[in-house]
Amino acid sequence: MELTVGPNQFFWSADRWSSFYDDLAKAPVERVSLGELVCSKRLPFYDDRIPEAISTLVEAGKQVALTSLALVTLKRERKLTAELVEMGVEIEINDLTAISYLPEGAQFSVGPLVNVYNEGTLDWLKRRGAIRVCLPPELPLESVQALAAKGADLGLVIEAWGHGRLPLAISGRCYHARRHGRTKDNCQFACEEDLDGLDVRTQEDKPFLTMNGVQTLSDSYACAVHQIDILRDAGVSALRLSPQSNGFMELCAIYRRVLDGTVTPEQSVNDIIALDSNTRLSDGFLTGARGVDWSGASA
Amino acid sequence: MTQPALSIPQLPPLAARALRRLPLTPLSFSLTAYARRIAKHHPGLFRRLGEFDHTRFVIDPTDLPFVIEMQPNGGQPKIKVVRGSGQGEARIAGPLAGLLGLVHGAYDGDALFFSRDLVIEGDTSAALALRNAIDDAELDLSAEVAQISGPLAAPLQKALSFIENRTGVSLSRQDELEVW
Amino acid sequence: MEIVCPAGTPAALRAAVKAGAHTIYCGFADETNARNFPGLNFDREEMREGIAFAHQHGSKVLIAINTFPRAGSEAIWHRAVSDAESCGADAVILADIGLLDYAARNHPGLRRHLSVQAAAANADVVNFYASEFGVKRVVLPRVLSVPEIAAINADTEVETEVFVFGGLCVMAEGRCSLSSYATGRSPNMNGVCSPASHVEYHDEGGVLDAKLGGYTIHRVGKEESAPYPTLCKGCFTAGGKEGHLFEDPVSLNAEKLIPQLDKAGVTALKIEGRQRSRSYVAQVVKNFRAAVDALDAGLPMPEGMLARLSEGGAMTTGAYKKTWR
Repeated sequence: MELTVGPNQFFWSADRWSSFYDDLAKAPVERVSLGELVCSKRLPFYDDRIPEAISTLVEAGKQVALTSLALVTLKRERKLTAELVEMGVEIEINDLTAISYLPEGAQFSVGPLVNVYNEGTLDWLKRRGAIRVCLPPELPLESVQALAAKGADLGLVIEAWGHGRLPLAISGRCYHARRHGRTKDNCQFACEEDLDGLDVRTQEDKPFLTMNGVQTLSDSYACAVHQIDILRDAGVSALRLSPQSNGFMELCAIYRRVLDGTVTPEQSVNDIIALDSNTRLSDGFLTGARGVDWSGASA
Repeated sequence: MTQPALSIPQLPPLAARALRRLPLTPLSFSLTAYARRIAKHHPGLFRRLGEFDHTRFVIDPTDLPFVIEMQPNGGQPKIKVVRGSGQGEARIAGPLAGLLGLVHGAYDGDALFFSRDLVIEGDTSAALALRNAIDDAELDLSAEVAQISGPLAAPLQKALSFIENRTGVSLSRQDELEVW
Repeated sequence: MEIVCPAGTPAALRAAVKAGAHTIYCGFADETNARNFPGLNFDREEMREGIAFAHQHGSKVLIAINTFPRAGSEAIWHRAVSDAESCGADAVILADIGLLDYAARNHPGLRRHLSVQAAAANADVVNFYASEFGVKRVVLPRVLSVPEIAAINADTEVETEVFVFGGLCVMAEGRCSLSSYATGRSPNMNGVCSPASHVEYHDEGGVLDAKLGGYTIHRVGKEESAPYPTLCKGCFTAGGKEGHLFEDPVSLNAEKLIPQLDKAGVTALKIEGRQRSRSYVAQVVKNFRAAVDALDAGLPMPEGMLARLSEGGAMTTGAYKKTWR
């Protein structure tokens, strides 16, 4: 099984961003998808660093893809997305808008924010040029199994969400700006201070969600270590790890050890918690009654 | 009835006190007969309840000194009028006029709920299913009563005309376009 | 402009037709539509009769098959499309790529609209849906401002339909799994959001807690209106600040924007609310029909008739005004 690193979902400074991908070149992962997924306003702060990061990763032997924005509404965003397909790098589409700019027959991969729920959708994507699909994290295990089987028939690489805060929603409204009493157009980059997003707690002070500009994520970090064998047996050939600000390279190493069978899933959970004792884990979308549920021992 | 949802007529306390002496067993029997008659005329109502067609509902007219336990019982409804809070999986409570207005399409359930004129407890899905099923059935309680005859009709007609007189609540189906 | 009205039951469909709806949208009583609520929607026979009734009165009926078919069970959704055609529907409203492809290939004569659940938010993707799947109309997501809607219409031949009244999604529709994260049931997979089956209310001395999946989403005092615990309209705390971080418990009312939406090239105005009563539907339809009739006759808009039909009374024009963001 391969390890893929998804695009960083948060707003990091250009220096932090660059050094993250420099480090990643040495991490035990096969593939990296990068670029701006969440908010087009963040991109000018680091877009000049992207070509260098790509070449560093390619030189280190990684496959690289560039992500499209998750929600394309403005003229500027349409232009950005159209330009993306001219960069000469594989595109990971995370909004169907990006496909409309690809020439018929051009190959692309599909990210977790495209609604791929069934065989018919996989079939159409394959006909349109998809070579690889990372399934939406909301899917239950039965759907992942059915889609992995269909993917095998079609010759598509199927990837599943392995680890990280779950991207639950995308909006036209910026919640970080709203929280600071500003509008999106005058956001003053309120999301920059929260390297892993801002905790959203309920009235009984339970941690629940994470605010990240126009995106809403889970509080919990999805963690598929307990399902790795089932996913592998189903034909899923890659697991996606989503960037976090702390201990991410070690996290990659932990997952590599589980995949290699050198540590048990239980031991790896302990290792993951040891990176940050405050981390809450979930795997409920795959096997639980609800997304937030966790099949492991409660902390 | 042209009142907005915010001013639902309440049964005056004096009238409610008068109802305290109402013998409940005959009323339960006649309401059951009445409900079975409605069931016969509106089988779709029970089909629409789906998985909730055996749920025990408590209808609690908050301005009356009793509650109504209602079991759809798969199309053979049973109704029991009891004092106290009653037993069931889902409770719908509100002024009698509001509850009747819901049945007759004079009020919107969501609007009554948001304004807290209507309170739902227990199985919210079941309460929702009942609300939707009744809204679709286009019931007219007066017309149904008028068609009942025999010994069971008397207590029911007496109770309904009492309520109608004391509250000014119409017990007939409203035209959707005229009610607000 | 065309008024597109909700009907959760045959009675509501008849009420909407009588109130002057040009078009009604509804769904089958199963997981194929995004208002799969207890006691709502149409079986096949009811659908056939409802469509016949609407057609007799000169109204059209659209059938929403706008959830995302479950892997391994696509046949349920395929059957819904086929039955929609045989029931005489004027169009189907679809969101899923696979289902659009299926309908385009197997039911080419059945008109296809793109559901808001596909969240097609720019002209390029709208045109793409038209060229790939023959989509004739797009229901635009509620994340766009009026100028953005005008920009889309300037760049496409596809008809656009926009929401003007009722519940308001804050997130891009069809791109939100908050509900399944907290309850296991979602709009995309099950046709429900913040489902009633996972709602609990606790009233303690007049203080009412509205919970969803065990999380307290709202807490209100005795005199305040009771909120439904819709996740994105809950009260939360972030960074020491408490409030409705995503959206206030408001509903959409764009009646005042009808002339601007008309100028922006919008074909149809959509009213949300298949879960509402037949009397609510009749009332909203009547008011909006009067408004578009006034517009067509060059008369001023009638105003402010709908406030008390909303959730808790509070209204917003949502993303149509850019400052909402």
